[in-house]
Amino acid sequence: MKIIVLMKEVPDTYGERTLDLETGLLNRSASEPVLDEITERALEVALSHREKDANTEVVLLTVGPAGTLPATLRKGLAMGADRAVHVQDPALLGADLSLTAQVIAAAAKHIGFDLVIAGNASTDGGGGALPSMLTELFGVAGLASLSTVAIDELTVSGSCNTEFDSYEASIDLPGVISVTEALPDARFPNFKGIMAAKKKPFETLDLAQLGIVIDQETARSIVISAAQRPARNAGIRIEDAGDAGDQIAEFLAQNQLIKGRSA
Amino acid sequence: MIGYPANSILVLVEVSPSGQLRSGAAELIGAAASVGSAVALALAPTGNAERLGTELAALGAAQVLISETEEHASSVVVPAVDALAAAAAVVAPEAVLTANSIRGRDAAARFAARSGSALALDAVGISRDEEGIIAHHSVYGGAYLVDSAASTGALVITLRQGSSDLRSEAQPSNVQQLPVAASGAPEATITAYRETAAASSRPELRGADIVVSGGRGLGSGENFSLVEGLADALGGAIGASRAAVDAGYVAQTMQVGQTGVTVAPQLYIALGISGAIQHRAGMQTSKTIIAINKDPDAPIFDIADFGVVGDIFTVVPQLVAAIEAKRG
Ligand SMILES: Cc1cc2nc3c(=O)[nH]c(=O)nc-3n(C[C@H](O)[C@H](O)[C@H](O)COP(=O)(O)OP(=O)(O)OC[C@H]3O[C@@H](n4cnc5c(N)ncnc54)[C@H](O)[C@@H]3O)c2cc1C
Ligand SMILES: Nc1ncnc2c1ncn2[C@@H]1O[C@H](COP(=O)(O)O)[C@@H](O)[C@H]1O
Repeated sequence: MKIIVLMKEVPDTYGERTLDLETGLLNRSASEPVLDEITERALEVALSHREKDANTEVVLLTVGPAGTLPATLRKGLAMGADRAVHVQDPALLGADLSLTAQVIAAAAKHIGFDLVIAGNASTDGGGGALPSMLTELFGVAGLASLSTVAIDELTVSGSCNTEFDSYEASIDLPGVISVTEALPDARFPNFKGIMAAKKKPFETLDLAQLGIVIDQETARSIVISAAQRPARNAGIRIEDAGDAGDQIAEFLAQNQLIKGRSA
Repeated sequence: MIGYPANSILVLVEVSPSGQLRSGAAELIGAAASVGSAVALALAPTGNAERLGTELAALGAAQVLISETEEHASSVVVPAVDALAAAAAVVAPEAVLTANSIRGRDAAARFAARSGSALALDAVGISRDEEGIIAHHSVYGGAYLVDSAASTGALVITLRQGSSDLRSEAQPSNVQQLPVAASGAPEATITAYRETAAASSRPELRGADIVVSGGRGLGSGENFSLVEGLADALGGAIGASRAAVDAGYVAQTMQVGQTGVTVAPQLYIALGISGAIQHRAGMQTSKTIIAINKDPDAPIFDIADFGVVGDIFTVVPQLVAAIEAKRG
């Protein structure tokens, strides 16, 4: 089975993330780039399947700028993926979801796949739409936001907990799934993996190689303004001297936050 | 033949397998009606069109389209995408609006990909200017406000649940059945199903005015009753940190933060939560924040309006008693 895992580089969520107010784009230099944690869990799903079925190839696919991405993606190879494909092109600066989805779809077709595994949402964009868009563009079956996954030769099944219900479902392959942070943590790369990663195939593609010409007429989502909210400041802080509960209640009452009983 | 106004906003509302409207329809229709004429679209099992039409008109839908399909209960998303495509073809909407729920987002993303429309995710509001519909977003934990629009065509928008207070006036009922041609797109097969929208007496976390959250400091699932007691004394909803969820104290749906729910209530109380940056990302735009933590260096104090360095197991019972006493 050939599994593509969609890996994304994001600013470390432990650091401060900033937006360029002129362009509305992420300030990439302001924070340390890391692999999005959720995409590492997606990779873990693929690698643990390969442990059961040795006849599995795990290919990493990412779309993003030159610069730090190749080094960041190496971690995925060190964890155990077989090879990596990185699509980069200056024309992709500021690409919206539709364009990113179009590019990932073209690259995935170029690689070929039985299954595509993505994270349910990225921590920088927080969109949570890309896997569904890919499903539609491929015309295959998909399951979004799975919190458990079982893969066999012809099908993938899993469970999803939505805001209102929870269900188990399965799809016939080829297909696309996205997984949530309920899946197990990713393994750490070991020394052997890190050494091996240096020799694994790493393909870099641009839009011309994928045969993509950006159509200026296509509908795009565009940022029309961006503003920063003032940061929040610390207010009162007390040490409990035995009456902190009463003091909080007094604070709540002064701020009209204690409502009368409604029923 | 009924015409649709040029400022129509097509709204996909969610319906349970048995044909009941899910919460959130009033919010979506209210937001749509504030910028145009709300055309509500619902999928439901046969025999529900009239009733749903009346209910949706009462929430402010100027027109209602119902796709009656027996596949509604057994399918995940394809019938909704097909219905959106069919509705968009007749309505020619200026924008398409769904909830930013798991299913709403799935349907919106697939419809945008199918129709080649621009997509704006997790909006906290919509408005319009001379050029059309604008989506407002609150990003990086609310540190930035970003507006987006479509370069051309209808903008497909998912609205963060509980983010908008706008509600519309009731409209006269105007319901039609929508014929939908199945696309035949491959679909998942549901093998087991369970409703989880619990009939709780507490408010829903999303959109609640008051949220009381507990973290690892609670120490156990049983001790979470401390959080529940305070939430009930204030009439609030319950939330949790990821550490509390990972430890199994509460369900994942209660997680507040970057990878959980984003809330912006009038009052947020954090009990035994350190205030990691990913937790703060989901609550730091709350109007008033109160924190109780025994570590004076916990980062939650950097954003708390009222911080108490103390033990939740002594402070919270006293607080609950004092609230009851003040209310009399
Ligand atoms: C990609 C990513 C996404 C994440 N998303 C989220 C998210 O959505 N939401 C989220 O919450 N976290 C998220 N996290 C995790 C986050 O980094 C923290 O690990 C988590 O928020 C910690 O939860 P906590 O504050 O309950 O636990 P801790 O950090 O362990 O804090 C527990 C606190 O309780 C206090 N305490 C203990 N006992 C008592 C007592 N008796 N009385 C008073 N205080 C007491 C301690 O002093 C301590 O400050 C994410 C992390 C990553 C990497
Ligand atoms: N530029 C990208 N390159 C590779 N994968 C991506 C990219 N953007 C998004 N993804 C994948 O799609 C998932 C959901 O992303 P999003 O829709 O942006 O929230 C992520 O967890 C990744 O697996």
